[in-house]
Amino acid sequence: MRVSIDPDRCVSAGQCVMLAPAVFDQDEDGIVTLLDEEPPAELHAVVRQSASLCPVRLIQIAE
Amino acid sequence: MTQDHLASDLPNFPMTRACPFSPPEQYAKLRETEPLSQAVLKVTGKPAWLVTTHEHVRSVLGDSRVSSNLKLPGYPHQFHIPEEMLREVRLMLLSMDPPEHTAQRRYLIPEFTARRMRALRPRIQEIVDARIDAMLAKGGPVDLVSSLALAVPSLVICELLGVPYEDHPQFEEWSALMMNHDISPEEYGAAVMGLDMYLDKLVTAKGAEPGDDLISRFIEKNREEPIADHTDIVTMARLMLVGGHETTANMISLGVLGLLEHPEQLDAIKADPELLPGAVEELLRFFSISDSGTARVAVEDIELDGVVIKAGEGILALNNSANHDESVFPDADTLDIRREEARSHLAFGYGIHQCIGQNLARIELEIVWGTLFRRIPGLKLAVPMSELKFKDEALVYGVHELPVTW
Repeated sequence: MRVSIDPDRCVSAGQCVMLAPAVFDQDEDGIVTLLDEEPPAELHAVVRQSASLCPVRLIQIAE
Repeated sequence: MTQDHLASDLPNFPMTRACPFSPPEQYAKLRETEPLSQAVLKVTGKPAWLVTTHEHVRSVLGDSRVSSNLKLPGYPHQFHIPEEMLREVRLMLLSMDPPEHTAQRRYLIPEFTARRMRALRPRIQEIVDARIDAMLAKGGPVDLVSSLALAVPSLVICELLGVPYEDHPQFEEWSALMMNHDISPEEYGAAVMGLDMYLDKLVTAKGAEPGDDLISRFIEKNREEPIADHTDIVTMARLMLVGGHETTANMISLGVLGLLEHPEQLDAIKADPELLPGAVEELLRFFSISDSGTARVAVEDIELDGVVIKAGEGILALNNSANHDESVFPDADTLDIRREEARSHLAFGYGIHQCIGQNLARIELEIVWGTLFRRIPGLKLAVPMSELKFKDEALVYGVHELPVTW
């Protein structure tokens, strides 16, 4: 799994960082940052859920 | 087609919940037979589109061809706003479109990061414990709405904003009025004006003497890079104050009631507090208290499944309907705190306007419900369920009073 994000569109709903804090974080302005572009298999489910819940769909996943 | 003709052919909105624990009965039929349909708004007599499926609600709220600007013709107003006031009124964050929306939201989001919310936990816990201490000292029966449900989010948002809590009875009254479908334009105007005059003084005071709070930090950023004038800041403060407590307060009381009426699920939570975060999502889904808060107006023609919503037409994306869509939430009318897909609910909206305080709300709900049932495990209703009065005509659903004892 390869994860990419488009932080310019982030509205900081915070769903991803609450669900998958090992993969997503927020900078001091509250904007999403990516901690792990290739998360381990045990995190794939929460990363997919984060992508699906992001209200501006800025998380892209290639598998 | 005349307005009168429309009014006689189309159903009225809002539709009423026949059972306090279920969405209006018409929603299920609409999802099945006419997922995009029109209704007449009771308050204004004007038509608006009702969007009822989970997929369509996400699609509409994620579409850049809809506007949240309540000044645009066709915007589906759900309470009386005097026309003169509508012309003059400053847009709140939730009524702004990009790029103004983006700029103001960016000034506010550092206040609501996951890190900030985690750091708030101990203080929220103290606030909740103090209120429950007071309930226990007084002894039952007490009204849970005034003694806990309103008090906790009020105290929390006052601290975040830097609003003195001793002023809370006044602004709670104003904000409850502003959430009511059923008040006159004059009453609505007076409530907004009262709150704004109060906040006007507060913003001036914070400008002169900044504190460690959201309003002071907004003023400071705005000095460095101005995006708002004094009145815009007052308007922003009003949204944070009203949005920050009325919603959470209603959710706290309804959640307590929902759990008391499902004792086997409540027992499971008491035995295993790890179930709480899932229960929070499920109760948010189940009650969907801000059903029609997601009002929009199309700025271009939008085609969805063969139906065209024309530019200038009003849209209500009904999250209470989306959250009971059986294709996403099987057996949707049943409360199930172990429901795996609960978090897919749209109770906080969707798209660029999704609730900025959602993670604060989650933490408050989790701490309030967890602490209440741990410290008062024998909590029960002090009146029969049939005697409770629900806020059927309010923009945010809730229960007026919730007498409990133990």
